[in-house]
Amino acid sequence: MVEFLQFTLNGIVFGMIYAAVALSLVLIWRGTRLLNYAQGAMAMFTTYVAIEVIYRTGSYWAGFAAALAAGVVLGAACQLTIIRPTMNKPPLNAVIVTIGLLTLLEGLAGIFFGGQYRSFPAAFSVTGLRAGGTPLGVSRFDVFVTLAVLVVTGALAVTFKYTSAGLRMRAAAFSTTIARLSGIRVARVLTVGWALAGLLGALAGVLVSPSTFLYPDSMDTIFVYGFTAAVIGGLDSAVGSVIGGLLLGLALSYAGGYLPSGASLVPVVAFGILVVVLMIRPGGLFSATQVRRV
Amino acid sequence: MSSDTAPATPALAVEELTAGYGGVIALNGVSISAGTSAITAVLGANGAGKTTLLRAVSGMLRPRAGRILLAGADLAGRSPEQMVRAGIAHVPEGQGVIPELTVEENLRVGMMSWRRARPRAERAAALDEAYQRFPPLAARRRKLASSLSGGERQMLVIARALLARPRVLLLDEPSLGLAPRVMAQVMDLVVQLSREHGITIVLVEQNARGALAIADHGVVLNLGRVVAAADAATLGADVALRHHYLGF
Amino acid sequence: MHTFPRRLGAAVAAAAVVWFLSVRLGTFRDYQIAEVAVEVTAVAGLSVLTGLSGQISLGNGAFMAIGGYTTALLLLHLNWPYIVVLVLSAAVTAVAGGIVGVAAARLRGPYLAGATLMLGVALPALASAYQGVFGGDQGLNVTFTAPAFLGAAFPLTRWQAWVSTVVALVTLLLLANLCYSRIGRNWRAVRDDEVAAALDGVNVAVTRILAFAVSAICAGLAGSLLAIVTSLVAPGAFTITLSIALLTAAVIGGLGSLPGALWGSLLIVVVPTYITDVATSHGLSSSVGSNIPIAVYGAVLIVVMLAFPQGIQGGLRWILTLFTGPEPRTRLSRDAPAPHVTPPADEAPASHHEKEGTP
Repeated sequence: MVEFLQFTLNGIVFGMIYAAVALSLVLIWRGTRLLNYAQGAMAMFTTYVAIEVIYRTGSYWAGFAAALAAGVVLGAACQLTIIRPTMNKPPLNAVIVTIGLLTLLEGLAGIFFGGQYRSFPAAFSVTGLRAGGTPLGVSRFDVFVTLAVLVVTGALAVTFKYTSAGLRMRAAAFSTTIARLSGIRVARVLTVGWALAGLLGALAGVLVSPSTFLYPDSMDTIFVYGFTAAVIGGLDSAVGSVIGGLLLGLALSYAGGYLPSGASLVPVVAFGILVVVLMIRPGGLFSATQVRRV
Repeated sequence: MSSDTAPATPALAVEELTAGYGGVIALNGVSISAGTSAITAVLGANGAGKTTLLRAVSGMLRPRAGRILLAGADLAGRSPEQMVRAGIAHVPEGQGVIPELTVEENLRVGMMSWRRARPRAERAAALDEAYQRFPPLAARRRKLASSLSGGERQMLVIARALLARPRVLLLDEPSLGLAPRVMAQVMDLVVQLSREHGITIVLVEQNARGALAIADHGVVLNLGRVVAAADAATLGADVALRHHYLGF
Repeated sequence: MHTFPRRLGAAVAAAAVVWFLSVRLGTFRDYQIAEVAVEVTAVAGLSVLTGLSGQISLGNGAFMAIGGYTTALLLLHLNWPYIVVLVLSAAVTAVAGGIVGVAAARLRGPYLAGATLMLGVALPALASAYQGVFGGDQGLNVTFTAPAFLGAAFPLTRWQAWVSTVVALVTLLLLANLCYSRIGRNWRAVRDDEVAAALDGVNVAVTRILAFAVSAICAGLAGSLLAIVTSLVAPGAFTITLSIALLTAAVIGGLGSLPGALWGSLLIVVVPTYITDVATSHGLSSSVGSNIPIAVYGAVLIVVMLAFPQGIQGGLRWILTLFTGPEPRTRLSRDAPAPHVTPPADEAPASHHEKEGTP
């Protein structure tokens, strides 16, 4: 029973990370109909920025803030320089450009920061909490991770729904034509979208790196699972991302814990879940519309 | 109200406008003028260039040649966002409302071309005014625009266009897909816009008869060129023209 | 390349060129020729799947793994002649491709990308998990020797280069025939407008599944070749990086274009090696030196894609039209002229399915 609780809580924490990555992908997808395959690498890069700041200033929170700021800047910069030219071209071009960006960032990280595994500090204690005498299987840091993602997600949701900046972004995402014809500067909105996605990715990076160590490829797996979570939830649905992330986090935690040779089979389980969901709803769990059929 | 000849400085004048897509020229040296606060109907068969004309004027399509004069100033080549701020609003065919947003949100989008500095109170007041004028919208303000009927959607379209306080409004097939009774209501609204608010209207319509019934002037396009331009009554009386280009 | 004799002629000419190079150049170049041939086989199949049939796959590395492991297991346990093993590997992969195609039949755009990405990650993980059959992370060794009649002094690498090249050329030939046939037309019709194609009597599902199976066969053949060229099959050889490299090569070369598969494969084989050479010859420290090729490779991808939206093949065609005037529209791969309308095409989210390669 204790084991089950531990796997569950562990699954929730990782699920939140996947949800954060999934959300950043959905943000960009809804605004620009692009999948940013470099999202994980961007998060890795901003986490390196964080660790350098932490190293030089001795302050975790300075590094945390630096990562988020770097995420905003990196996201906006990438959209302005290399993504904009792909806007009216075949969509696969943008795919290759973001893949190129992913490779470039991993190479640059290796050059500037070195390729060896580095440990990344956690914001709070990582020793397990206890209720009475029983170990709960989560630490203060785990609680922080969960809360941080929920708070940021909540803040974004509120911004989108209740502010006029949020309305601008939604209008631009739902109908670029009407948005432009209403005077909304869609190009600017897209840049802001990428900047926010960069922020979310940076958050995911600093939250997960204490568990995974930091090296140029360290965010690859997280990206794949975040992408899977986004697809499971439906790429147009922010709620879907969170639910997809939680679902995936929990399932993978149980699989890794209970199956024989579980650790290797985790990707297989993820694939299985994905296939089952997509066979029932080809657009993800929260897809609203039907594929046009004859 | 209508005049036989175009006024000296029309609200909107297009001179020798040429535009196209890729290798195809859809609009070839077209010149049109729209009298201030008048309704100018742009008519013609499918593919005549009517929609291309509106897209070129609103900035959605960059013209290859020609001038677009708003009260005398040449705006050709500007982006849609700039055109809206200059006072030219465009409602494209079939794309009036954003279905995923609520009625109120759609209306707020209409005000996004306002200068930022305008106080919140003004926007709230404008919204209230819109609800007073269009009670069905007030009743559904928090509902998604996708839940509105065809006629209600067009009402929302026009309310939103009104909120943008344009000088010139380009309407592309506002009555498309609507039942005849609803079509008439929409046409009435269009007339209101020009008579009561002084907005210059350029109206593209397949339904040539209905358009000529409310228009002051008319322009007939064929294959990207102007084949006739006169006041609405004269065009309506020209049976040969009607048969050949307008289908009635 | 509209007629079979012309295509056959081109293939024979290419074979002659490769034969000449393989004899003249050394062992390392032979190995590179073999590498390129392996990539071309896989990339051509993927280029057809994504370019002609409009279905994106980020997981064709998984099909390469299936082909490679089938070959390794057959050679290890039954030791049949390679030609038999090759055909069987292709058959097994074809079945796998058909199954994936059926599962993916209703998926579009990024959903298909996500599913195939996960496939590319999951399948090698299976090999890691089941040590007994698949040799776990160490993988299986493959023994492959040149036939006796060539003599004992005949370099194995040259034989590997020859075998790979022949398989690659035959694959390209068969693919070209398919592309110009009714099947190819059906693929393009379904890609451009499914509903219209269905109304025309095309069985959309079968067409799409067939494309998947064909691309899987090509990948399976490539995987089999990889097994005999590198003498090893292991999960580490079939990572997601490989799948992504295949897609990269297909798009950069020019989607849907068979010559494009060659340019793309050359790029992904030659560029990293060349840059690594330059880096090491300058004596850069290992951490910097080993990462510069990675960074430069990424930069090359970005620059080429921004400069040549139609891929290298499209760029070459454009250069050609500077001399000869515009070509008639008989090419296979899609022209995607970007519309000159200022706003991007308005796309309501998920209200119609996504199409790959749509401008």
